[in-house]
Amino acid sequence: MSNKEIWVFAEQREGVLSNATLELLSEGQILAKKSGYTLCAMLLSSDDTNLLQGLYNYGAKKVYSAVDKKLAFYQNDYYSKVISDLINENKPEIVLYGATSVGRSLAPTIAVMVYAGLTADCTELDFDTEQMLLLQTRPAFGGNIMATILCPNHRPQMSTVRPNVFKKTKLSENEKGEKVAVKVDLSKVKERMRLIEETIEEMDAVDLCEAEFIVSGGRGIGGPENFPKIQALAKELGAAVGASRATVDAGWIAHFHQVGQTGKTVCPKVYIACGISGAIQHLAGMQSSDFIVAINKDPQAPIFDVADIGVVGDLHEIVPELTSQIKALKK
Amino acid sequence: MNIAVCIKQVPDSDKVTIDRETNRLNRTGVPSVINPFDENAIELGLQLKDKYGGKVTVITMGPPQAEQALRDCIAVGADDAYLITDRKFAGADTWATSYTLSLAVQKAGNFDVVLFGKQAIDGDTAQVGPGVAYFMDIPVITYVKEAEKTDKGFKVKRVTEEGYQVWEVDGQAAFTVVKEANTMRLPSLKGKMRAKSATITTWGADDIGVEEEKIGLKGSPTIVRKVFSPPIKTNRETIQNEDPKQSVKELLGKLKERKLI
Repeated sequence: MSNKEIWVFAEQREGVLSNATLELLSEGQILAKKSGYTLCAMLLSSDDTNLLQGLYNYGAKKVYSAVDKKLAFYQNDYYSKVISDLINENKPEIVLYGATSVGRSLAPTIAVMVYAGLTADCTELDFDTEQMLLLQTRPAFGGNIMATILCPNHRPQMSTVRPNVFKKTKLSENEKGEKVAVKVDLSKVKERMRLIEETIEEMDAVDLCEAEFIVSGGRGIGGPENFPKIQALAKELGAAVGASRATVDAGWIAHFHQVGQTGKTVCPKVYIACGISGAIQHLAGMQSSDFIVAINKDPQAPIFDVADIGVVGDLHEIVPELTSQIKALKK
Repeated sequence: MNIAVCIKQVPDSDKVTIDRETNRLNRTGVPSVINPFDENAIELGLQLKDKYGGKVTVITMGPPQAEQALRDCIAVGADDAYLITDRKFAGADTWATSYTLSLAVQKAGNFDVVLFGKQAIDGDTAQVGPGVAYFMDIPVITYVKEAEKTDKGFKVKRVTEEGYQVWEVDGQAAFTVVKEANTMRLPSLKGKMRAKSATITTWGADDIGVEEEKIGLKGSPTIVRKVFSPPIKTNRETIQNEDPKQSVKELLGKLKERKLI
């Protein structure tokens, strides 16, 4: 085995490892096998006692652990200083971050600090064993084009990786690993920003990003007065309600329902698109759903290109009928 | 308050279609627009100016035709505009773009705040805002929804996956702005007139004093190996009946078969 390393940024919030971190380590196991590199995690926290074992269990052989009161939560200046120092000192080949609100803010800063390549929001990683390069594949232009990006001459090769794309693979409950305690000295870093308040909001309806089922309405529903038909079906399925940009821009429904490039990216088990033509802007946000049902009266609508089942017909007849047949089914 | 807003001109994604034969994007004849997320940065800049006085300067790096996006910003109320354009910048990734833009921003003025949209809708990277901030040695807060001035700097509300955070920043700062922040105002008649006649300052590589090996393709750590279309679903099943009841019955049957319901 070479002494080269793949690092995963272990993101913790309030002492809990993020799912994105565990997914990345799981994918990292595969990359480590292909490349012969050693899978490591780097952990920044105010107390690592309850975090290390979790990282070992998902495949980290080594954990670079930086512990300091100032590292309790993400603060861009502190985090980027510690991580860039670590990278400069240990020269990992690859560094992966979850494409979360933290990862997508932190990684770009580190990339410019250490002159590394950074590929945003990857949905596929692979390793080219001939050139010994990380292959980073990501959707561009709202998912209508896929691009594979390389970083041939700069190290490390860095990516942020979209959450919920890779499966979590736990090796066991008691994997062994090595902790490397990192010396932290933040005394020279000026405190330019302070977190003064944090609020976790209660989600009243089913959250789009977490939903297993989503029923979405588009311009084809005709007007705001018809959204209740969509909502009734959603209620029957325990689904979240989505909407296309056209309906949101027209003021038929609130923006937080919007699915698409300028709205939310969703990947439910089943996505039911009602009266949505399938503009690129919308497809970008929903085409990675596990199963897509499209209901549209225009058989040429682009939404059918991404659908698993296309129902050609009038949604005003089909949606209420679907609602009542599901209701009957449950009895 | 001296406010800078960095913007990007992008193809209008609502008007882009896919070529069924080649599975490529049809970009010819597609109009270019201000990146939709940048509209929120522009509006936040204008609101800060409305509240605290000062000036909004818009800056873009892009091909010569990106000038139109700058004029559109002037139409809604921006005061000054800079176009950073040079063949040498071609092929820049987010590293080289951040470097180049940071030099341009610093030459354009001494700004209290530098604003960016959350990300651009063509590349979707969200990397240039934090990159520019680092090169300028100013703190950056991403996903900002609200911003107000304080004695020492700014207080901002930052959107997270679960809710929001409130941050205080000292001195100059950079923010990337989310869509929920606002809706960009419409251009006024006076604004439109001014947009037509306004002078746009154009700078090339020599004007902003770049190190040649850090710009364009040469300065970019990443390269694109290949571009391809995501596979289109070929096994789609179509249901089409006169009777909607029959269609729904078939649909439910297929969903049950797959144990989806």
